[in-house]
Amino acid sequence: MNETVIINDAKPAVEFSNLTKTFGATIALDNVEGKFHAGRLTGIVGPDGAGKTTLMRILATLLKPDNGNVSVANFDPEKQFRDVKDNIGYMPQRFGLYEDLSVMENMQLYAKLRKVSPKNRQVLFDRLLDFTRLAPFTARLAGRLSGGMKQKLGLACALMGEPKVLLLDEPGVGVDPVSRQDLWRMVEDLTSDGMAVVWSTSYLDEAEKCESVMLLNEGKVLYDGAPQKLTDTLEGRCFLINGRPQIRRQTLLNALKLPSVADGVIQGSSIRIVERPNADLTQLRDLVKSRESIMIPTKARFEDAFVDLLGGGPSGESQLAKNFGDVVLNGENAVLCQDLTKVFGEFTATDNVNFEVKKGEIFGLLGPNGAGKSTTFKMLCGLLQPTSGIAKVAGYDLRNAAREAKSNLGYMAQKFSLYSILSVKQNLEFSAGVYGLDGALKRDRIDEMIEIFHLQKYLNASPDSLPLGFKQRLALSCALMHRPPVLFLDEPTSGVDPITRREFWIHINGLVERGVTIMVTTHFMEEAEYCDRVAMMYGGKLIALDTPDELKKSVVTKEMQNPTMEDAFIELIARVDAQNAKAKAA
Amino acid sequence: MSERHKILDSARLFALIRKETLQMLRDPSTLLVAVILPIILLFMFAYAVNLDIKNLPIAVVRQSDSIKAQDLEARYSGTKFFVVHPLREMPRAKEEIIRGNIRGIVLIPANLDDRISNPSLGPLVEIIADGAQPNTARFVGNAAQFIAQSWLFENKNFGQIPNNPMIEMEPRYWFNAEIESRRALIPGAIAIVMTMIGTLLTAMVVAREWERGTMEAMMASPSSVIEILIGKLLPYFLLGLLGTIICTIVAVFMFHVPLRGSILGLLAVSSAFLIPALGQGLLISAATKNQFLAAQLALFSGFLPATLLSGFIYERSSMPLPLEIISYLIPSSYFVDCLRSLFLVGDVWAVFWPNIGYMLLIGAFFFWRAAASTTRTLDGK
Repeated sequence: MNETVIINDAKPAVEFSNLTKTFGATIALDNVEGKFHAGRLTGIVGPDGAGKTTLMRILATLLKPDNGNVSVANFDPEKQFRDVKDNIGYMPQRFGLYEDLSVMENMQLYAKLRKVSPKNRQVLFDRLLDFTRLAPFTARLAGRLSGGMKQKLGLACALMGEPKVLLLDEPGVGVDPVSRQDLWRMVEDLTSDGMAVVWSTSYLDEAEKCESVMLLNEGKVLYDGAPQKLTDTLEGRCFLINGRPQIRRQTLLNALKLPSVADGVIQGSSIRIVERPNADLTQLRDLVKSRESIMIPTKARFEDAFVDLLGGGPSGESQLAKNFGDVVLNGENAVLCQDLTKVFGEFTATDNVNFEVKKGEIFGLLGPNGAGKSTTFKMLCGLLQPTSGIAKVAGYDLRNAAREAKSNLGYMAQKFSLYSILSVKQNLEFSAGVYGLDGALKRDRIDEMIEIFHLQKYLNASPDSLPLGFKQRLALSCALMHRPPVLFLDEPTSGVDPITRREFWIHINGLVERGVTIMVTTHFMEEAEYCDRVAMMYGGKLIALDTPDELKKSVVTKEMQNPTMEDAFIELIARVDAQNAKAKAA
Repeated sequence: MSERHKILDSARLFALIRKETLQMLRDPSTLLVAVILPIILLFMFAYAVNLDIKNLPIAVVRQSDSIKAQDLEARYSGTKFFVVHPLREMPRAKEEIIRGNIRGIVLIPANLDDRISNPSLGPLVEIIADGAQPNTARFVGNAAQFIAQSWLFENKNFGQIPNNPMIEMEPRYWFNAEIESRRALIPGAIAIVMTMIGTLLTAMVVAREWERGTMEAMMASPSSVIEILIGKLLPYFLLGLLGTIICTIVAVFMFHVPLRGSILGLLAVSSAFLIPALGQGLLISAATKNQFLAAQLALFSGFLPATLLSGFIYERSSMPLPLEIISYLIPSSYFVDCLRSLFLVGDVWAVFWPNIGYMLLIGAFFFWRAAASTTRTLDGK
């Protein structure tokens, strides 16, 4: 506590008030204010479109605010932009380095631009290379680095010239948990040296680790302070319901209808419930009892607090699932991989992968970038030809009955690939047409999607102009119009706010109750917990396959009594690495 | 303003130039546009865009068996202008022209002998040309008529006094004595290649920086916008000059186009042309910030006008007035003018100076607009 007092006495490294920025009719920042202190890691947290990047760019002198006072390292970014630039390190959201230059050439360039004297350069480089563990890769082209290594190089370049303020715009995106841990360690080192580090993110589990967070939503500051303080407000209001995992999705649906429940999600084989403040829990206890389950208090998470701050999660049934009808599927297995292998040149992207997915199961595919998730996914959707092995969907072999297999699956691509030159209505019509719907049936299904997802007012707009949540709904509609028994979701909720994510999963859970089988890849560790089973991939191989609870249990140690999915992920990969190192040594 | 805050700092500028050069050398598309493309374009323009007319396929329909008719037919077969398909019936010839196998028909009528002695019976021969390609048609008409008239003139003993002029005309072509269009085209082709390097390549590499987010990172660094732009343009300026030299070597040694001017003159006019070309590329990339759009715009506003309106293929003075006016706004017009003089005549500084002046003027305009749209901030405010 002592420390906090000292820091608050000093002038903050970054200070802004009455800050407003608009782009046309969109208000990106709406009268926000805040202070970021030296020697502290501050998180700017919020979903896509919350205003995080706009704030970062204003601090980096790249945007002029419409209104408000800003000070960065005691300089005005508008009038003294040169002084500000001398004192900041900035890492833009998109990898801002030259992919056709080597690691060393990139570092040289930034060192010269920041006027690091040749004398000091070598010392600084050695320190940064050691710090980022990039020393063995100095000659490698930046474009050939993995996602995590790229971010570390970006950080090294942003640190040239020893800035007072370090601005990192979503450095955790596209970085697997192992590299992310590395980045955290580095940033924590920097703050202890007295640097002010600002880290923006849409991952709420990242926010939890910051010393201080500024929670942004739709351009407004919802909360500013230590994350723990916000989470503490939920103390005693969070519960896990354990008992009958088979019916947990129905139980969740019923629980969400109760007025006393603010939020609820699936967490492994349990249900996580947040109650409203001072709520009467009788109904909830009755429900739990009737499902032969028990309710135990649990620690609140930052995400619970965020959703609570936004007024609680969505409730209600999925109209989509209601209309869907029960799925008829021949055989037990909806998806099957047997010795599935894909080789690109000398690189084996998917290496002898085996798994079966049962009808009505939610099956998650997890792994760092380049682990082979997408390749496996694409082979199962018929977008890539396997080198060897068998891939079957709904009982149809993709090698000789690709057409039948494809008509039995729906595919929602990463980043909601929609046709931006077509209107929303035309996108729906196109997807319906592609899947062979026509006449009255086509019209009915399109109207149904428009109604369920409230797309009416956007029908003539381009998908690009839609809010992210609506883009996601439209992409889901397009994938589901032909009512496929198997649904593939490739990072379906990346960047969307937790409320929209919950809405999405209410539909998915409803569909599963109807017997639809879901295959999903995700970067959100919480989302992995919504799955019945999770397959973890690394280096093209399947390294673990189990329920989320069992995966977590498999890494329990004395030091780590209550591992999260992320802990499990990092530990399982570390074990494989250790094994490989041993094999190499032997 | 302290030492650190100089708008143009030589150490930073040098670092940026070095970076750009490394990127240029590593990017295979640079090599493609700067070296391979000029050579391909030169070959294309040298062989495919050939404005000289030779060996045009025509049909000669001879309806008379007289000696005179056979002699006239032989005259047509004997020229290098035509490849003659001898036919006897008109319907067959019509069929051939519809199919596009021949460009024209020369009909030698059944009463040729009578027509020679009595012109009131009708013309000596009837000529039909395929108007689908007007230039070729005009040529077929003129050449076919000329052959018939000269045949008649040489055979005065036929008894008819031709109304041909009795003075023989012998034209002399200066500067391009062989009137080979290749000689006029290849200097023009160099202008096209330079437009590609100057405008297209520049527009694309700057747009690429915007697209990949590297421009954002650069702008947040202490380097000024001017440094970033000069660091970007200077290497491409040099690459453009290199392209000119490669084109010239190919033109002189492979296509035997004479270079009557000096290398100094060549570099001077090329440098002057690169100013508006680079400025245009910069303006395009600043406006689009997207490689695909930048490429489209560069082709549309740079390559096409340079090909069609610069006087490279079509004489500017014979264009309709509105197009001719537009052609004065295109920097490549002035460059083509200079290059033609340079290759076919020599260093005519009286021609170069005004042209260089116009090019620099247009360049200044482009840079002014580009500077206005490349600001310190991302939304141009």
